[in-house]
Amino acid sequence: MTQSSAPASAEVAGYAIRLGDDALILSHRLSEWSAHAPQIEEDIALANIALDLLGQARSLLTYGGSFSGRSEDDLAYLREERQFTNLQLAELENGTFAVTMVRQLLFSCYQHELYRDLESSRDAQLAAIAAKAVKEVAYHVEHASTWILRLGDGTELSHDRTQAALEGVWPYSHEMFADDELARRIADLGVGPLPSGLRPAWLGTVQGILTEATLTLPDDDWKPTGGRAGLHTEGFGYLLAEMQHLHRSHPGARW
Amino acid sequence: MDATRQQADFDALIASDGRVEPRDWMPEGYRKTLIRQIAQHAHSEIIGMQPEGNWITRAPSLRRKAILLAKVQDEAGHGLYLYSAAETLGMSREEMLDLLHAGRQRYSSIFNYPTPTWADVAAIGWLVDGAAITNQVPLTRCSYGPYARAMIRICKEESFHQRQGFESLMQLSNGTPEQHEMAQDAINRWWWPSLMMFGPPDDDSPNSAQSTAWGIKRFSNDELRQRFVDICVPQAETLGLTLPDPDLVWNAERGHYDYGVIDWTEFQQVLKGNGPCNRQRIATRRRAHDDGAWVREAAAAYAAKQQAATVTEAA
Amino acid sequence: MSTALTPLWEVFVRPARGTNHVHVGSLHAADATLALQNARDLYTRRNEGVSIWVVRSADITASSPEEKDSFFEPSADKPYRHPTFYTIPEGVEHL
Repeated sequence: MTQSSAPASAEVAGYAIRLGDDALILSHRLSEWSAHAPQIEEDIALANIALDLLGQARSLLTYGGSFSGRSEDDLAYLREERQFTNLQLAELENGTFAVTMVRQLLFSCYQHELYRDLESSRDAQLAAIAAKAVKEVAYHVEHASTWILRLGDGTELSHDRTQAALEGVWPYSHEMFADDELARRIADLGVGPLPSGLRPAWLGTVQGILTEATLTLPDDDWKPTGGRAGLHTEGFGYLLAEMQHLHRSHPGARW
Repeated sequence: MDATRQQADFDALIASDGRVEPRDWMPEGYRKTLIRQIAQHAHSEIIGMQPEGNWITRAPSLRRKAILLAKVQDEAGHGLYLYSAAETLGMSREEMLDLLHAGRQRYSSIFNYPTPTWADVAAIGWLVDGAAITNQVPLTRCSYGPYARAMIRICKEESFHQRQGFESLMQLSNGTPEQHEMAQDAINRWWWPSLMMFGPPDDDSPNSAQSTAWGIKRFSNDELRQRFVDICVPQAETLGLTLPDPDLVWNAERGHYDYGVIDWTEFQQVLKGNGPCNRQRIATRRRAHDDGAWVREAAAAYAAKQQAATVTEAA
Repeated sequence: MSTALTPLWEVFVRPARGTNHVHVGSLHAADATLALQNARDLYTRRNEGVSIWVVRSADITASSPEEKDSFFEPSADKPYRHPTFYTIPEGVEHL
């Protein structure tokens, strides 16, 4: 992956890396579905989304890493739990197909708002990455919406399972719109949108789909957070152990 | 149109190397043989996702992860193209999956071997996909139209699969001593099973003659196996890896490589269900299918509701 | 599980502007939206198409004058000559 230039500052690099981490970790979760999806057509669809996200991750991590001379693989395989800055939402376990689709709907709708805004970023590289990604993510939103409608308004069993999935995943959605110091700085620089600013449009879209799917927005005060600061769920360590083990077992080796 | 005329037309079509299409009259044996063969091929692609998919989450670089994800995704796609071709002959995908789960339809026995190391994925790419391509290219000229067309589509996508396996093995063989050893160990375990992929020796193959007469089979098992060996030997040299056969030697008189005796008892055991992974492969497949039933039912229920609503609207 | 649960759809793809839609194969899906979604993933993964049509196999009326079928068979207007594609009423056995 050739880059025309490195990020202008450590902040911009850090921002690219956190977006890259989101895509990397969610891609990893989706890839776990391989050979296990509810029908073969979904094996293909989920792999498609996983590949799109992995491509975004590679672009973002390569760009962000270049500021400190680290490659995409250095970032993916040689950082530890407290150094990853992805949202906790991205690392949630797949659970049932309902959990996976709810997670996808909430995340992809957010990514769509994010990338649409990033297309006019002052950082040319991020703008370019976003321009390509926004088309991919539009499809991810469509795919997730299609399934949420069918799962919510399908059978009684599918409705109950999807409502339960929504209750479980919803609390993790708040972190997507939390403004921390880096986020505020990035917004001031005109490099990226303020996360909280993305929520109204996101909520409008999500609410519309959930209502049509006969699902109810959870009424929940709990807002877990910490991913952006490197504080992750207990399951995250296991994800990294699996992902990194082979690479770390052969230090310096090329594949 | 009477039966003798139908048979004569069919025979003439085959003799002129034409294509039989779904609405043509065909002998029942031809139809049954094709269903069995195409279904087996489709099942192989789907089951094959498991041994390779085993390493997606542990792929040691992001590039390799992307390549492997794409490859396994292609395999799912190939399975679907093939189910689609088989369905034109009158068996539904649901029926074929039921027969697979019940052990009454088969898949290639090669996928009953485990992938205990990363190098196994590379070895599968080079050897198993290589053998599959050797088998598949002639099938692009199979007499049954839908099968031939599916094979053309598959072969176009397949070339990337074998190349990535070879490239990965090159990297391993020329990498650290541990990587080289991993690669050599994988070759040692995959070479002979890959040769068995071409099926029993010609004189042990009762169905071959009829399949050849029907234009389904274009070359014999031994011919294809020999072709594969001849291609692999120089490639192994390029890789810097040794094929585990001390009897492999160039025979100038024949113009081919001589190779050692295959242990067909192992093949028979794996075919019978006693390979290392037979039970696991089917169990995984069934679990995915059973666990996904509620999702498929939800989609059907939603579709039914939408259709009912359209009817009510129109009324 | 009966065939009616996830019906069969035929897929047609127009590979580029200025060309015709071409039949590329079939797939199973509960409804048209899913069929289109699946067709995109299955048949245009390598950007092989600008337009996709999906049609229920059961909705196709076919004739194939060069194929040697009997025009007197009841299945004469279906794309495939075998019985799988016709909805069998519940409870009818041995069909």
